[in-house]
Formats: sequence, C-alpha cells, structure tokens
Amino acid sequence: MSEKKFSKKHEWVSLDGDVATVGITKHATEMLGDIVFVEVPDAGKAVEKEGQAAVVESTKAASDVYSPISGEITEGNKAIADDPGSVNTDPEGASWFFKLKIKDKGEYDSLMSKDEYDKFCKENPS
Amino acid sequence: MEIQKTALYNYHKNLGAKFVPFAGYEMPIQYKDGIVKEHISTRTHAGFFDVSHMGQFFLEGDETLIESLEKIIPADLKNLKINHSKYSFLLNNEGGIIDDLIITRTEKGFCIILNAACKENDIKQISQLLKNNHKHLLNNNLSLIALQGPKSVEILDKLIPGVANLKFMTGNNFNYAGEKLYVTRSGYTGEDGFEISISNKKVEKLIDYLISNEVKPIGLGARDTLRLEAGLCLYGHDLNEKINPVEANLKWAIAKKRKEVGGFNGWEKIKDLLAKGSEKIRVGIKPDGKVIARENTKIFSLENNEIGFVTSGTFGPSVNAPVAMGYVKSEFSKIGTSIQLEVRGKKYGGKISELPFYKKSYVK
Repeated sequence: MSEKKFSKKHEWVSLDGDVATVGITKHATEMLGDIVFVEVPDAGKAVEKEGQAAVVESTKAASDVYSPISGEITEGNKAIADDPGSVNTDPEGASWFFKLKIKDKGEYDSLMSKDEYDKFCKENPS
Repeated sequence: MEIQKTALYNYHKNLGAKFVPFAGYEMPIQYKDGIVKEHISTRTHAGFFDVSHMGQFFLEGDETLIESLEKIIPADLKNLKINHSKYSFLLNNEGGIIDDLIITRTEKGFCIILNAACKENDIKQISQLLKNNHKHLLNNNLSLIALQGPKSVEILDKLIPGVANLKFMTGNNFNYAGEKLYVTRSGYTGEDGFEISISNKKVEKLIDYLISNEVKPIGLGARDTLRLEAGLCLYGHDLNEKINPVEANLKWAIAKKRKEVGGFNGWEKIKDLLAKGSEKIRVGIKPDGKVIARENTKIFSLENNEIGFVTSGTFGPSVNAPVAMGYVKSEFSKIGTSIQLEVRGKKYGGKISELPFYKKSYVK
C-alpha cells in the first residue's frame, strides 16, 4: 500500500496497484462533528475526479464526499453505513468510504502529501 | 445590523464554543464535547443553555392590559394565577402564528419570553394593542439561563433553596448573591429543569457554580436535537405566520374558554377548523432506516402522491434513530401510516409517529 495522499476537499487516498481506497480525513470529521449517516456507492459506479461519490451527515448537516480520483467503484464500505459513528473514531483506518479501480495514476500523484495537507488545513481553517 | 453578543460571550469562548450567527446573535452551536455528548449529558445529568438572546418582555398595567393582550394571545390570561406560566402564541388576523412564547403572570402584569428572531416584530405587534397607561420593557440587562436535566433540581436547590418546590410551568422570585432573580420550572428539552432570569452582572457567577457541579455547557445544536425528540416546535421551521395552531397540532395550547368565547385574532377561522379539522396537520415522522429527512424533504404516499413536507429533521441521540416533524394532508396523519421520504432524489420508507419521540419527565 502506498503512502496516503490528500485532497483540498479533505479526502485521503491510498493506492494498492491500480485500486485506490478513499476516505475522509480526521480534520474533516472534526469539522463535521458527530457523524450519524453515511451513504457509500455501489460497486460498478463510475466516478469522476472531484465528482460526488458518497454522502456523510452529521447531527448538523449533510455533506457530499467527492472522489479525489476518477475510476470505477469496486466496493463501498457497508460497515460504516451500518455504524456511521465509527467514522469519527477511525476515519483514516477501518472507516474508509470506498475503493475504486483508477484510470490515471497521474491524478493520484498530483494530490497533496501529508505535510502539504496539514499546511493547507492550517492556512484554511474552517 | 451589527451582530449582537450575550453577556456570556467570552465565557463561552473560554469553554471552547464554536459560534454561529443565529437571529442576529453570535451563539454557541456546540462546545468541545460535540452535539451527541452534550445531548446525552443533558438527558442523564444536567446541562445549561445560554438563551439570553430570547426576549424578556415585561408588561405592566391595570385589568385593561389583559383585554389588550387577549386580542393577540389565545391563552386565558384573566384566570392565569400569579407566577403561573402558559405556552401560547401571538396570532395574526388569519390565525397564523406570529411567534410562539411562554407567558407568565407577574405581580404587576406579565412577562413574555419571545423568540430572538421575532422579538422586534412581536413587540411592535403587541405595542399596537396597548393603552397609554400600560408600560412595557424589553429588558436587555437580564440574561436567561436554562438548566435542564434530571440533576437540575438537586444542583439548583443547593444554591437557591426553595426552587425544588416549584411545579412545572410555575415560577417565583428568589434571592441570590444579594440580588433578586426569577426562576421558573420550565424548559424546552423534555427534561425537568429551570429557566433562570438573572442580571448580566451576576450570570457568570451562576455559571461558575453550575460548572463546578459538572453541569455541561450545551449549544444550539443539542438544543435542537433535544427539543425535536421532545416533539417541541421551533419557530421559523415548524411554525410560521402561514400556519395556525390547529394545523400545528397545538390546539391544546388555546384555552378552552377562549375557544368557545373567542375575541382573539383569527378566532373565526380557528373555530371553523376546530369543528371541521384542517387540511394539513403537523405530525411526527420516523424514517425506517438511518436516513435523515431534513427540513424541506418532500413526503409522498405509498401511491407516490406528494402529501407533505418535513419542517425539522435530525438524528435523535436518545432515540438512537433519525426523527423528524412535518406537515401532511390530514388523511395521512394517523399514527403508523406508512409514507415515503424523498432524500437526494431517492425515496425512503418511513412512518407517521407519535410525539414526543422521547418521553417527557416534567415535575407536575
């Protein structure tokens, strides 16, 4: 598994061969608050880079989760749909949102590194 | 208009509050614990809410004051005893709800607690009905603190002996820190608790005491989940000027005598609706799964006809499921009726539910 890369919309991506795993960052969960509903995409769905792919809702509001990378969904994480609160506990581990088969590794390479993302969050407080 | 702050603004900041603009005020939406923990700690221990943005409107006058107020408020003010409170409304000529409120009889007249977003217009509407010998004052030197939850009575009675003797929807004057304050046993969470009207100068001292008794600060976020579980309406969402008390399923809040005799704005229309029933009515709604049906979600019958809309919806931490309120055509309002909720273009199942979602525990 590759190192995690990050998007400006607060998603993370890790890459294993041509399959990417996508989730939302710890910073995102802190901004959202208590997560109470999650909708993940079904396998087979095609997603575009920065296209809407999943939904996350906190007690406050509903937000879209975008795919930082284009491809075809191979799996949505049903476990987080059953237990949305788990996204608050382990957002960058077990509580990933979906996996997808990517088309263009260049899209992955162009995302931010951990250090760049941390800097981005500091410069763009919610 | 410049954004306003309550006397506790800096105090909230030091407690780690996240602020949002609300009704012209900078108010805490949540603190460090977050909405779900704040909600649960109110239900299991006690929480305090700064509701000082709400209007504390005092009226004084002779018996003609009652006549004036009864034109716009459908409560039985003539027979309201001193220190007793009622939930009621201000009504427009069509019987629409201008605001919902709590009115308390005081020794010299009345005190009305008004919603922050409505208070300016409310006072204008009420003032038009007053006579020259009636005095009125929106007291901005007072803070209003709601203390809610099962431990409230024990904690507050230690500080202000005697509050434990108050029954739900009654109040009295008490002494605290060398000053008079007014405490009512009331609130808007479905829990036992109090609302404390206290001078801005002393409010921090009161909060220091509450915090030392492990009372958590609670923001507007948890206030919303608590009141929705308790089936209570939020003005501007579940109620507005185009909705009357019969449609809002709040006919219980119109005094029996006033229903018969009338003499308030919109009575003829309301009398008619009381006899025939209204076309639409406010109901509780429980989505079947985990999906949250938020405000403006369209409601459909099983035959796919649009039958209503959601006015409030969230996840209820104590119910541990999503909960909502909304208006449906009256023929679909029976408890248990299956409905569909359109969320993000997809239809999800749900049922008309009893209100409240969470059983109230008031001390009567």
